[in-house]
Amino acid sequence: MAKKIVTALVGATLLGLGAQGASAATLADVKAKGFLQCGVNTGLTGFASPDSAGNWTGFDVDFCKAVAAAVFGDATKVKYTPLSAKERFPAVQSGEVDVLSRNTTWTINRDTALGLNFRPVTYYDGQGFMVRKSLNVKSALELSGAAVCVQTGTTTELNLADYFKTNNLQYNPVVFEKLEEVNSAYDAGRCDVYTTDQSGLYSLRLTLAAPDDHEVLPEIISKEPLGPAVRQGDDQWFDIISWVHYALVNAEDFGITQANVEEMKKSANPDIQRFLGVEADSKIGTDLGLTNDWAVNIIKAVGNYGEVFDRNIGAGSPLKIERGLNALWNKGGLQYAPPVR
Amino acid sequence: MAMDALNPPRKSGRTGSFFNDPKVRGVMYQAIALFLIALCLYWIISNTVENLHRSNIASGYGFLNGRAGFDVGQSLIAFTSDSKYGRAFIVGLTNTILVAVTGIITATIIGFIVGIGRLSNNWLIAKLSLAYVEFFRNIPPLLVIFFWYYAILSLLPLPRESINLPLDTYLNNQGLLFPKPLAGDGFGLTLIACLVAFALVIGLVLWSKKRQAATGRSLPVLAISIAILIALPALTLILSGMPLTFEVPVAGRFGIRGGSTIGSEFISLFLALSFYTAAFIAEIVRSGIRGVSKGQTEAAHALGIRPRQTTRLVVVPQAMRIIIPPLTSQYLNLMKNSSLAVAVGYADLVAIGGTILNQTGQAIEVVSIWIIVYLSLSLITAAIMNWFNARVSLVER
Repeated sequence: MAKKIVTALVGATLLGLGAQGASAATLADVKAKGFLQCGVNTGLTGFASPDSAGNWTGFDVDFCKAVAAAVFGDATKVKYTPLSAKERFPAVQSGEVDVLSRNTTWTINRDTALGLNFRPVTYYDGQGFMVRKSLNVKSALELSGAAVCVQTGTTTELNLADYFKTNNLQYNPVVFEKLEEVNSAYDAGRCDVYTTDQSGLYSLRLTLAAPDDHEVLPEIISKEPLGPAVRQGDDQWFDIISWVHYALVNAEDFGITQANVEEMKKSANPDIQRFLGVEADSKIGTDLGLTNDWAVNIIKAVGNYGEVFDRNIGAGSPLKIERGLNALWNKGGLQYAPPVR
Repeated sequence: MAMDALNPPRKSGRTGSFFNDPKVRGVMYQAIALFLIALCLYWIISNTVENLHRSNIASGYGFLNGRAGFDVGQSLIAFTSDSKYGRAFIVGLTNTILVAVTGIITATIIGFIVGIGRLSNNWLIAKLSLAYVEFFRNIPPLLVIFFWYYAILSLLPLPRESINLPLDTYLNNQGLLFPKPLAGDGFGLTLIACLVAFALVIGLVLWSKKRQAATGRSLPVLAISIAILIALPALTLILSGMPLTFEVPVAGRFGIRGGSTIGSEFISLFLALSFYTAAFIAEIVRSGIRGVSKGQTEAAHALGIRPRQTTRLVVVPQAMRIIIPPLTSQYLNLMKNSSLAVAVGYADLVAIGGTILNQTGQAIEVVSIWIIVYLSLSLITAAIMNWFNARVSLVER
């Protein structure tokens, strides 16, 4: 009871009292305290979850590591704050976390009224549905009358209402605050349908008692561009966060990997030389407020975008999600980074 | 002289300094404290407003008029995704009140039964009551809620294998489904009959009390009241040609659908709050009854009053004076504990407020609404109980 209110109150109070130091020079603050405070999911396999030793791993976690590598040259200088969907925005607004890397959808409302800034999209997603195979449902249009489990305070909840309304279908929403609560309720049969971002469904299916008894329906009912968010009002920090992602994508574009980054420094290609900061009189990092080898540090720490994807959610992981929309722009996907010049 | 130095004459004119007067000093200290508190509040509020403004976060209560965009599973009033945020808050408020009121009623009934059971001479009843109290009193309410929720989810069957109860009622792990009454033309007459029956019963109770006070003769009031409450509406319903139909739950693709549903979230929260609070109420009832001197019972017996009447007319009225004040605080606890609903997905004020908070980002506004609503609900409950307490308390002449 009171715990929720107290948490929210503390958040609100932090908003009231804390924001002073958080307003302008985030980079200087992060450097001064010696670590990056990164807001992540409370537990979404493949995106952000603690392993048995308590170390955080995942796609979103690797982004935090990449930022730390760019700032400190050391990917371990990150502290993670697990946040529920409800807690995540006040945590950024109040300066409790320096960056939110928590499979969060970029929307106009969040970009404006909530005082946040979004730019790079680290993962192009869309909302989907999962059902028990035994129900014999083949399309989302057959879901009339179903009880649908959904996490509160998400764009998912709003898309769900819109989709069922548009298609004149009846449904009964069963709303939980924590992802784990949604999982166990769906697994116990409280709901017939589980809806969230499709990547999330693939991830969550692995945690169910019998993953093979469930299937993800083909429909994608929304656009869910997921990406990191920072507070408004600090352009330098916003640029750093954006360019960390662009560095990951450019590295894949150039074919630079964790294994060959040192070799690539000797490349004759001027684009690669400039990107890795080995060009004479380079200002490629100092203009950002970082060192010139910031991109090298990122790639050494986590690899390029493709490697991060494969290791956490793609072919090299239990989730085996296709690259799809997240392939590079020249391979049929949407991942495109501005040039380093 | 030494004596004069220790006790200077009060009216010397020289020592009557304004600031030496303890009364004046007391007032001044209070004024300073009040000023500091006000300063602190002003600082907090102005700083908050300033910071919100600086971080470009919209503020104010205008968002309550915005379209909600989400649906709510359990609602006592009509609500769709096209309704406003303000209405969503009202849905949450009615859901909170629903679970609090039903919980308070059940907790009181269970609590009185168990409390009296603890005083029973029957060994088994006394020990079972003791075990009940010790079990529920010593675990956190959140665990009790989870206990009931997962008990319901895992013990009851999936919707496609619902348990079929009599009267077209079905039970599964999504909730309890029962036929939904649909009022036809002329059903208003039956409602009027209900009101008339209710008024008759109140009149009967008052009259019989007066008669007993005057003549000492008593009536079987309970039996007559029940008869009136059932017979009058039923007779009206039949005479007006049965304008009442039922929408019966039927099997569909996703199991039993249709009719009215009480969701498993409500059931588990309601049971948990009732059982948890009842344990405390039982102890209050026991202490209240124990608090009535044994001489009262003996005196009543000596006057020839039968044991049952002794309990009802002598012991309980005096016990109530001890019971009610702590009972009030249990009612308040139950109401506040109802905000744990969010853990099992029951759409109470905190759960819906949380959704709104997230969709709009208006953290401070939503939290302030929560605080104001819970504060008002608690104060209203306390006021009702204080009024009741004043009625049963000892009238000193």
